[in-house]
Amino acid sequence: MTDRPLALDIGLAFLVLGVAVWTIAARDTFAAVVGFVAFGLLLTLVWARLAAPDVAPTEAAIGSGVTGGLLLGASTRLHGTQTPAPGEKPGAILRLAAAALCTVVSAGLAAIVLLLPEPAPTLAPQAATNISATGLGNPVTAVLMAYRAIDTLLETVVLLLALVGVWSLAPDRVWGGFPGPRHHADPDGLLPFMAQLLVPVGLLVGIYIFWVGSVAPGGEFQGATILAAMWVLAMMAGLVDAPAVSRRWLRLLLVAGPAVFFAIGLAGFAMAGAFLAYPEAYAKLLIVTIEVPVTLSIATMLALLVAGPPERALR
Amino acid sequence: MSLALDVLTIVAVSAGAFFFLAGTVGLLRFPDALSRLHALTKADNLGLGLVVLGLLFQPEGLFAGLKLITVWLLTLLAGATVTQLIARTARPGGAQE
Repeated sequence: MTDRPLALDIGLAFLVLGVAVWTIAARDTFAAVVGFVAFGLLLTLVWARLAAPDVAPTEAAIGSGVTGGLLLGASTRLHGTQTPAPGEKPGAILRLAAAALCTVVSAGLAAIVLLLPEPAPTLAPQAATNISATGLGNPVTAVLMAYRAIDTLLETVVLLLALVGVWSLAPDRVWGGFPGPRHHADPDGLLPFMAQLLVPVGLLVGIYIFWVGSVAPGGEFQGATILAAMWVLAMMAGLVDAPAVSRRWLRLLLVAGPAVFFAIGLAGFAMAGAFLAYPEAYAKLLIVTIEVPVTLSIATMLALLVAGPPERALR
Repeated sequence: MSLALDVLTIVAVSAGAFFFLAGTVGLLRFPDALSRLHALTKADNLGLGLVVLGLLFQPEGLFAGLKLITVWLLTLLAGATVTQLIARTARPGGAQE
């Protein structure tokens, strides 16, 4: 390798560190969130440079996109409480303790990374030799859906719990109502037109990213994020209203993914003798059967997380 | 022939980088949100367009070229849509029109 890509990597590393420091040092919450989003996009480049094409788009879509959007919403809600009372300022001892704790954690992480045995322990060869049993072509998807399927199952459940947490912020009188404000846009304006143009293309891209995940970089989380973004765009452009959170079809859509995942996991006891074990002949079929409802559920959860707690009562 | 193509690539990509620089300067220096958005979209439209144009001179097959053009068109569409969303919030009167 020539020295030019090395210069690029070093520049990228300094940029990441610089943006990280800036994000922590920013006094304004909004500025810190913007810094965090930029940090996530730079990390995406880092993952791409590390030849991790599965992690890079996930970082961009979830780490930077969805999390950034949620943090932006939170910073807007916190705007009124931005200026803390003088008495709330942490004292010198608390600050010193926080600094010491952060230093210990950072030093510990650095020590662990530096002390890793050479070559680093890896399960990659085992993952590669057994991939034919899953019927998948992408080892990352094989890890997510077969070897460590229980982690993915728990992730979808955690997202669902997070959504329940967001909904529970709603006051009683609007419980079961519509999330967020109703967005209106000039029907002859540019925004609804652009949204009508972009949403079908985005849906196609999202479905493709999900589908290609079995053989190439991609997968349900990345695809679902794009699907969710298209739904949020349609809501913000005023094309559709957010559904009331008490709608039965919405609740079914939300639990379909985790429920099918859990059911097939339990069926694994009968078919292959363990939770989430797939019989080899049907592994690919079962994985796709799980992935389709999981993608739909994750897309719905992410869009509703961004839409926020119910704010308008059922009419 | 390949030297001529390389020169074309270097010229177009450099021009694209210049528009990104100009767009960034505009984003930092312009006085209000709408002009800043204007500067930003110029970076996307012309900057990325020229970078894509420069890369098209390095033939990697028809399909790769079409992919590059599609990436540029999608960025244009997404950028314009998001700019509309931000501009609506930045306008006096805000999003509650």
